[in-house]
Amino acid sequence: MIAGLTGLWTTLRWLFKRPVTAHYPEQHLPVQERYMGFPALLWDETADEPFCTGCMVCVRECPTQCMSAQMHDNPRFTDGASHRRKIIETFEINLNRCILCGICVDVCAFDAIEMSHEHELASYGRAGARADLDLLLAGGRHYQEETSWVPLNAEKNVAGVALAKKAAAAAAKSAAGPPASPAPEGSDGAEVDA
Amino acid sequence: MQRPGTTEQQHDTVDMMLNMGPQHPATHGVFRMVLTLDGERVVEVVPHIGYLHRGSEKLCETESYAQVVTLFDRLDYVANLNNELAFCRAAERLMDVDVPERAQYIRVALCELNRLASHLLFLGTYAIDLGAMTPIMYGFRERERIQNLFESVTGARMMHNFIRIGGVKEDVPADFVPRTRAVLEDVRKGVDEIDRLLTFNEVFLARTKGVGVIDAATAISCGLTGPSLRGSGVAYDVRKDDPYEIYRYLGFEVPVGAAGDCWDRYYVRLLECYQSIDLVVQCLDQMEPGPTMTQRRRIARPPKGEVYVHCENPRGDMGVFLVSDGTDKPYRVKVRPPSFCNLVALRPMMRGEYIADAVAILGSIDIVLGEVDR
Ligand code: SF4
Ligand code: SF4
Repeated sequence: MIAGLTGLWTTLRWLFKRPVTAHYPEQHLPVQERYMGFPALLWDETADEPFCTGCMVCVRECPTQCMSAQMHDNPRFTDGASHRRKIIETFEINLNRCILCGICVDVCAFDAIEMSHEHELASYGRAGARADLDLLLAGGRHYQEETSWVPLNAEKNVAGVALAKKAAAAAAKSAAGPPASPAPEGSDGAEVDA
Repeated sequence: MQRPGTTEQQHDTVDMMLNMGPQHPATHGVFRMVLTLDGERVVEVVPHIGYLHRGSEKLCETESYAQVVTLFDRLDYVANLNNELAFCRAAERLMDVDVPERAQYIRVALCELNRLASHLLFLGTYAIDLGAMTPIMYGFRERERIQNLFESVTGARMMHNFIRIGGVKEDVPADFVPRTRAVLEDVRKGVDEIDRLLTFNEVFLARTKGVGVIDAATAISCGLTGPSLRGSGVAYDVRKDDPYEIYRYLGFEVPVGAAGDCWDRYYVRLLECYQSIDLVVQCLDQMEPGPTMTQRRRIARPPKGEVYVHCENPRGDMGVFLVSDGTDKPYRVKVRPPSFCNLVALRPMMRGEYIADAVAILGSIDIVLGEVDR
């Protein structure tokens, strides 16, 4: 009798508490700051181009081999608008195969890739999960907008900062001693391999 | 039945063969038991495994050391961090790397949280195996808090890839300590609730007391480890008997059962929940700032050699045998998964029991098929 009443009391108590479940498609729980969603490529505002140089390190280190990338010569480098000699041309990640491990982010020396907060990618076909360069960059831009992402190594990787540094170095050199030879090209171009 | 040539009635029964699984909800995955029944009694049980075989051990040979960690995540998929730790310790032993103390504290705290999450899952699913619907809600509710905590630390809810060879991926977030304390307070209340609901519940006792008894000697000879072994009264715990990481600085008692029945195995796990909470609190108290990674070494390339390392996983003694041929990929990785070895004890536990208790017994050794099949 007592036990029954205790049980009933427990039930009644729970009846007036707020449910802990969230009704998913209508209600989205916020993700944590460090949440690792699908990988996305980041955009360098200062040079109006992606950070990614297509160095292929992430492609090689990916445990599921779900990425492919191709680089080409960066036209902006010859214009002097960027410090990247090579730039990404095509990039594809098969998000069906990606296990969201974050290894690609760890190995990238150019701060070019980041695990975004994107985690919903239902599609109607198999090919729908193949993210190409545009989609990856869009994801990255969205991520940059909604978080306060800063590159780990801005001095080396952000075009504006790197170019300014190079210009300052060249200016210092020309001030120190004539003749002003053309500044040595950035040693951290696309050939750098980790 | 009237036999030809006889006059009197004879009761001549044959044993019945019964297939349980692979799609049985109580097998927690794809696992098949072939039961031989004499009436309602189990005469013989033959476990059939391999439905979830992914060739993880072989795959390890084709991946670099850093990539193998992601495969270990997927062995025991409810205790991912504990698996990661086992492999990373093996590789570190081979490379003779010292892990910074803070990293060790973070590892142990996260592993104990993972043990807690895993045991909460057990408490819930075990109750549902026995027909009690409520505890699984409590169990999942509390586990969810821990998963959220993991998400804030590692970025993933299950497949973390957080423990790395030589340390951990990154330091815990600034609010980790207060947040974890708050979570642990809530979880403790949740475990209390499950305890009140289940432990001395008459129906629960009737289903588990004296069911699936295994004595200490048989349990040891079967290679049973973990809470299932401690339920039989053997106080064997790798954390105590072969301490690794910073367990030697932590004070804890190993809960042991007495009878070796299903109830004891359940109760040991329940007590371990409290024990894990205390261990995490101790870690948080003792943790001091410092580096969390030996040095950022890109490619792990252990020297030639072999090593065997074992850790206490939520399910028992997890062993990793690692052979290196000096390249950046392991030559051989052999895993001793506790669930697989614990399955051996199924036969002595189940023989002579009622068919209705088969589910209770299987549930009480808490197997995870991802680990059994690899
Ligand atoms: S490692 Fe970085 S820079 Fe190189 S291809 Fe990958 S994302 Fe691009
Ligand atoms: S997160 Fe892991 S699996 Fe996904 S693309 Fe990056 S390295 Fe590959």
